[in-house]
Amino acid sequence: MTDKIQIAHGGGGRLSSQLIDDQIVSRFGDGPLKGLPDAASLPGINGRIIYSTDSYVVQPIEFPGGNIGNLAIHGTVNDISVAGGKPLWISLSLIIEEGFEMSTFRKVLDTIKSSAEECGVKVVTGDTKVVAKGQCDKIFINTSGIGEAFSEFTLNKTNIKPGDKIIVNGTVGDHGMAVLTAREGINIINGPESDTASVHRLVESAREFGGHVKFMRDPTRGGVATVLNEIVENNNFGIKLKETELPVSPGTHSISEILGIDPLALACEGRMLLVCSPEVSEKILQKWKKFPEGKKAKVIGTATEDRGMVLLEAVTGGTRLVDVPLGELLPRIC
Amino acid sequence: MMKYIDDYKNPGAARKITENINTLAEKLPAAKRNFSIMEVCGSHTMAIARYGIRELLPENISLISGPGCPVCVTDAGYIDTAVELSRNGITIATFGDMINVPGSDTSLGKCRSEGADIHICYSPLSALELAEKNPDREVVFLAIGFETTIAPLMALLETAKSKNIKNLSIMTAFKLVPPALEALTSDPELKVDSFLCPAHVSAIIGERPYQLFVKKHKIPCVIASFEPLDILYGIEGILEQVVSNKAFVDNRYKRVVKQEGNTTAQHFMDKYLVPYDASWRGIGIIPRSGLKLKNEFDEYNTEKRFNIEVKPGKPNPACRCGDVLKGKIKPSECPLFRRTCNPFHPVGPCMVSSEGSCAAFFKYVK
Repeated sequence: MTDKIQIAHGGGGRLSSQLIDDQIVSRFGDGPLKGLPDAASLPGINGRIIYSTDSYVVQPIEFPGGNIGNLAIHGTVNDISVAGGKPLWISLSLIIEEGFEMSTFRKVLDTIKSSAEECGVKVVTGDTKVVAKGQCDKIFINTSGIGEAFSEFTLNKTNIKPGDKIIVNGTVGDHGMAVLTAREGINIINGPESDTASVHRLVESAREFGGHVKFMRDPTRGGVATVLNEIVENNNFGIKLKETELPVSPGTHSISEILGIDPLALACEGRMLLVCSPEVSEKILQKWKKFPEGKKAKVIGTATEDRGMVLLEAVTGGTRLVDVPLGELLPRIC
Repeated sequence: MMKYIDDYKNPGAARKITENINTLAEKLPAAKRNFSIMEVCGSHTMAIARYGIRELLPENISLISGPGCPVCVTDAGYIDTAVELSRNGITIATFGDMINVPGSDTSLGKCRSEGADIHICYSPLSALELAEKNPDREVVFLAIGFETTIAPLMALLETAKSKNIKNLSIMTAFKLVPPALEALTSDPELKVDSFLCPAHVSAIIGERPYQLFVKKHKIPCVIASFEPLDILYGIEGILEQVVSNKAFVDNRYKRVVKQEGNTTAQHFMDKYLVPYDASWRGIGIIPRSGLKLKNEFDEYNTEKRFNIEVKPGKPNPACRCGDVLKGKIKPSECPLFRRTCNPFHPVGPCMVSSEGSCAAFFKYVK
């Protein structure tokens, strides 16, 4: 076994099949991947199909709280979940840079395997390519996922009405801040840790509230600020947040104060925003708090009559706009 | 640490001070019924917008944003000179805010996309490293800023000298706060009744420069920090002075600002720099409001080193940054605001800088 990935590992020859057998088949080969067919053959499903894809190019690939493998599963699982679906199958495409440490590669694959198992999804098809040094950065991953839509949800942001509540399942901005600290070498005790996690159980637990749930979205790039502005855009309502109600972890809070970064503009990878009618918000909170990924869930704001505007009531009692961040605060955060 | 900072964001305390501000505002003498407070510092401007402080104040108290953003008051001609240097193959090192400021024709950001060697530094020391690593290149650091930035930049020269670095120079456009207060107070078109004095600048210069100013003009001056409670506490302090018919320098940032300021920093500034009549973008020449390198340090002076001179620039005539900087209009009263001028396409520097009034209004004010 070589300790670094070589070009020949992607060449289709002996090294290539050895890599696939040792690393991929050994971890994911017990289902549709068995025998390495060119395409996965999957059973039919009853409801609407939900299909999503995402590429992961985070730098550095390991950061406090996780690695690129967590993101590759959680990101796609969460996209399917917040679209109102149950994630079932996932594809896994790897583009690896020549010279990538085999030990780190194994670690990433272990993470992918354990994350997929936790989320109840199966890796059913995939691909591995190796490119020359400098042509990618360590490892890039693409995953696509297929899910089955839950029939209870009729999600549409135009259903939102003034008075509806906005819930988040935990502290905001931790992933973006964790990547930033890892990249810039900011070492502080009790610093931020990525929130990377799956929200599929939370979505499933909200099924019984059916039509009361108006909209769901995971605030990844651009953070909560961007998602909320997208929700109100061209619609007949606005949103008002309360700064005192925003859950922010101490690590993220400290660094955002030092650097002047608004946690609302930072990416999350294990959070979801849910907009629901006021009569069910407390019930959803109660359900969510039973899961570790929903323990710190909170109602952070309310839909208002202020058309198209996201406002925040600051700690002082004064109000300000919550704007969409100008550009990407940090490139390559997922 | 966070508990320490959060204490200055306490909602209950904010409510109490706000109530007291409202009570004081009702007691203002008739002649000062409509009372204006100018915050001179860009960080105050940002914090006031971010915490919605304007909205908490009674109608008869107005907050005016002053010229306290170093990028905003830097003349367009300065950008033009930096552009020219970069086009002549000289490496430019600068704080990030300068990159997108429009000069007369172009910005440094556009030059960079055309291939100019322009580096963003978070610390002036990065400029030193840049010069050390590239001994065959001339590195020019764009040295703009108020007292807070000036002192560390002089420490940079000290290090460059001790390391015998010969390929680094600084193009200075240093500005001083007290002469600006003087100019604004003397402007007949302006009505500034009091000053909320900057936090970090005051940490360097101390209380004395304001005392001389207050003695002359009898205008309340309160030194305050940037957290929401600090700002409210500062405003409260100003109104207390007016109600009791007094005018003095009230240091409400004693946890950092000493009466004598930072004497080490002052020593470095005196050693390297001399005052001169500087040009402020949108305002014009203010006597003895700038600092430039003494002649004996010519080798570090970009203008002397390359035998060039910063000439006045030609900013877009429709841009009203000058009136915004002097507090004559609010950013939203400029005809370009949000229409042709926004952070994606800034026309003037006040829309670019993270401390600019227009940027603060665009980002936070509905």
